[in-house]
Amino acid sequence: MRYLPLTDTDRADMLTKIGAASIDDLFVDVPAIAQLDGPIRDLPLHASEMAVERHMKKLAAKNLVAGDVPFFLGAGAYRHHVPASVDTIIQRGEFLTAYTPYQPEIAQGTLQMLFEFQTQVARLYGCAVANASLYDGSTACWEAVAMAARVTKRTRAVLSGALHPHYAEVVKTMAQFTGYTIGDALPSITPDPELSGLISRIDEDTACVVVQYPDILGRISDLTPIAEAAHAKGALLVVVNTEPVALGAIKSPGEMGADIVVGEGQSLGVGLQFGGPYLGLFAVRDPKHVRQMPGRLCGETTDAEGKRGFVLTLSTREQHIRREKATSNICTNSGLCALAFTVHMTLLGERGLRELAAENHRLACLAADRLAKVPGVRVLNNGFFNEFTVMLDGKPAREIVRDLADRGVLAGVSLGRLYPGVAALEQALLVAVTETTTEEDIERLAAELAASLKETV
Amino acid sequence: MNAPNKSGWKPEMQIAESGFLGGPVTTTGNRALMLEEPLLFEIGRADVTGVDLPAVDPQAPTRLGGLARSEAIGLVGLTEPETVRHYTRLSRQNYGIDLGFFPLGSCTMKHNPRLNEKMARLPGFADIHPLQPQSTVQGALEVISQLGEWLCKLTGMPGVAMSPKAGAHGELCGILAIRAAHTARGDAREVVLVPESAHGTNPATAAFAGYRVEDIPATAEGRVDVAALKARLGPDVAGVMITNPNTCGLFEKDFREIADAVHAAGGYVYCDGANFNAIVGRVRPGDLGVDAMHINLHKTFSTPHGGGGPGSGPVVFSEALAPYAPLPFVRQDGDGAFYLVEEEHTEERGPSFGRMTAFHGQMGMFTRALTYMLSHGADGLKQVAEDAVLNANYILRSMEDILHAPFAASGPCMHEALFGDKDFGGGLSTLDVAKGLIDEGYHPMTVYFPLVVHGAMLVEPTETESKAAIDQFIAAFRAVVERALAGDEALKQAPYFAPRRRLDETGAARKPKLAFEG
Repeated sequence: MRYLPLTDTDRADMLTKIGAASIDDLFVDVPAIAQLDGPIRDLPLHASEMAVERHMKKLAAKNLVAGDVPFFLGAGAYRHHVPASVDTIIQRGEFLTAYTPYQPEIAQGTLQMLFEFQTQVARLYGCAVANASLYDGSTACWEAVAMAARVTKRTRAVLSGALHPHYAEVVKTMAQFTGYTIGDALPSITPDPELSGLISRIDEDTACVVVQYPDILGRISDLTPIAEAAHAKGALLVVVNTEPVALGAIKSPGEMGADIVVGEGQSLGVGLQFGGPYLGLFAVRDPKHVRQMPGRLCGETTDAEGKRGFVLTLSTREQHIRREKATSNICTNSGLCALAFTVHMTLLGERGLRELAAENHRLACLAADRLAKVPGVRVLNNGFFNEFTVMLDGKPAREIVRDLADRGVLAGVSLGRLYPGVAALEQALLVAVTETTTEEDIERLAAELAASLKETV
Repeated sequence: MNAPNKSGWKPEMQIAESGFLGGPVTTTGNRALMLEEPLLFEIGRADVTGVDLPAVDPQAPTRLGGLARSEAIGLVGLTEPETVRHYTRLSRQNYGIDLGFFPLGSCTMKHNPRLNEKMARLPGFADIHPLQPQSTVQGALEVISQLGEWLCKLTGMPGVAMSPKAGAHGELCGILAIRAAHTARGDAREVVLVPESAHGTNPATAAFAGYRVEDIPATAEGRVDVAALKARLGPDVAGVMITNPNTCGLFEKDFREIADAVHAAGGYVYCDGANFNAIVGRVRPGDLGVDAMHINLHKTFSTPHGGGGPGSGPVVFSEALAPYAPLPFVRQDGDGAFYLVEEEHTEERGPSFGRMTAFHGQMGMFTRALTYMLSHGADGLKQVAEDAVLNANYILRSMEDILHAPFAASGPCMHEALFGDKDFGGGLSTLDVAKGLIDEGYHPMTVYFPLVVHGAMLVEPTETESKAAIDQFIAAFRAVVERALAGDEALKQAPYFAPRRRLDETGAARKPKLAFEG
């Protein structure tokens, strides 16, 4: 057994030192009813690296790899090119096999990296302070709602209809247990987000209004009127962003008055990974809200010799100190994904992020124009970044997507998958385009989509 | 050239001031392989990038709804060589299990096999989108299904929820299922009982789910006070959250009796499975009356901790709670095809309490954990538990003559040995011992937890240490403890040899500086 260094001689010597006759003596406190007489049956016995590799490769081979085909899926998870050095750095044992930095004198690598990460996220979001990450965008969204309730001492949240439906589901699941009232809605199929309906739902009991930017249909709108409306009623504006690359091209939520900005950071450094682990980003515009934030925070300080150093700080908000009075039960964050994000962001820098965003947008515009020429296809959006909605004239998008997969094209995410059973959304398809998309991919999508629409009744 | 170094070192800082390092002052502040590193924002430039992309064409038409970001974002970039060097230098200021013994009790720092990393990076797992048509991700769904099956068999529990993102998220999942089960039968219970030795996440989780938390005391031997717990049971108690093996490193031998009493009073039993590594393959929690238990894949099943995550916290359920498990979950149809049960499956979802996260869970951790399980097999996992327990008892019995071990008389410990700071001289504390161990080249044990022992030191060696490594640690631990008992003043200033001396945590909290300014 290649991971177990003790030899039988070691074990015997150690039992002697302990004063135990056999290993069973060390398990005497386990009641007989729960003692097993040997290895659990129905499970295989140990296996070599080669044998395990064979097993896992067989499973991997049953999946259609995104990079092997024209690929247009988004809806909260985006396929970007990750520079080779990112994965090399996150595999360094000093980062990979470290724990939460509880002993700061020997964890300055993780801590300084987190301080830099927090700075990058805060600036990207147009905020004052970002935390050291949460699990993913959807749980960060819930944490934002819970924080808004703490800050405003109100318990009603208004969700935009164009918030990612999984994010809305997570908020609704949690609210069942905390007793919050959640007002949600379906997205309206319009070229621009409908702000007036959302604004009319904000009242004096509202803790926060939650808006996605760009929204689930890829649309972009100025958030200032919503911020003003929310603030006029004493509510906070929570903005959710699922594509951080977009913020290299469009105004930050903080600039437009968002109070809490949360999002998914997976686009940078992390990869698709079938949905996880991902990276929850969380930031506040006003530093006075810092003490109500959930999750780890890294802060600058000095050591006994006056040298600059970093520590986890404001931990009196957290569960290991405050127990049932903590701002969140969260313990683990997404440290290694935060490292991947920050390394990728460092490689990009201001210039690279803007170039990356511009290239995403250029190709998305190209794709929108090309798809608009396919008979029976209409592009819904006025504005978009790298993802937009197309309406398939009278055809169910979910079936078209399945058909296109059979034709070797991963065409996008149908709203039928995200909002099953909602007839008004059945014909809508979300198409995401990134720098990894080639012009040939776009041609192939257009051609196969035309063929599929023609053949699907 | 005595230019100030941006990392905080200044030429006027005479290294000799520290009293220990000696030697000449260096111009850079570096000391051979101990390298200082400035902040990214002090060395990066706004116009530098390490990625080759087409230049932005300011004339290109856009459809950004008039919201183009015109102001500078404030980011800086580095070229690839600078980037690799910056993070490599930072990495060398970190301690990891790859470098040495890391006996952080209850956190379980065991070796992270590299085969796990290799398998998780197969494009068939790493490069697939969570919303691809399910016919194109059958292998991924099968991984979730196989891992779930292993977890059910190892715990003797019939149901499993795979989506929770970490241990605390798993706790929340279990408590929400308990709450949903009570609600379903119209039983509005308000209280969750938590032993005072519990992880802080337990009371925080119960409170977050809307419960009032009440503490249950521990006995003098370090276990749950069964009489006190039974006395508190009643129609208002929704359930108990008990860690087993517990945070004092002991097996709760009356667990079955507790579980039966809780069930008889109409409550449910949540087991915090953070310490499952002590019993995996040898004891099945399902045989002890557990209704829900999370499993930290990053502890028991060797997925890396990564400097604080990502974790992964699947939850196993009893028959009574399984129907309330969160969405989505994987099922297999009559033709053998795997599919996700989601919101749209109104019948199959049953009384599920809903979705806890977007998508389906920590796939990258699932592939690693499954790789680990297949490597060890049922026999190897049993050996894992036995070696972990053997190593911990060896440390307990090698230290108890000089270091206060409050529960040493309570029988064998499980995977971790607990000590207290009794008899330390000269006002020295557990913290000083921890910092002294840093100078000896070790990551310290968990300190000041559990709260039931004064100056607690929780030592967890895990099964992946050799006897020689453990013997060397014991020698160093004994030496530092002897200094503490003797009241060695010098220990108060430790560590001397780490990249940083003790850091001012009070100052950091008083005037928080949480982002680079400038």
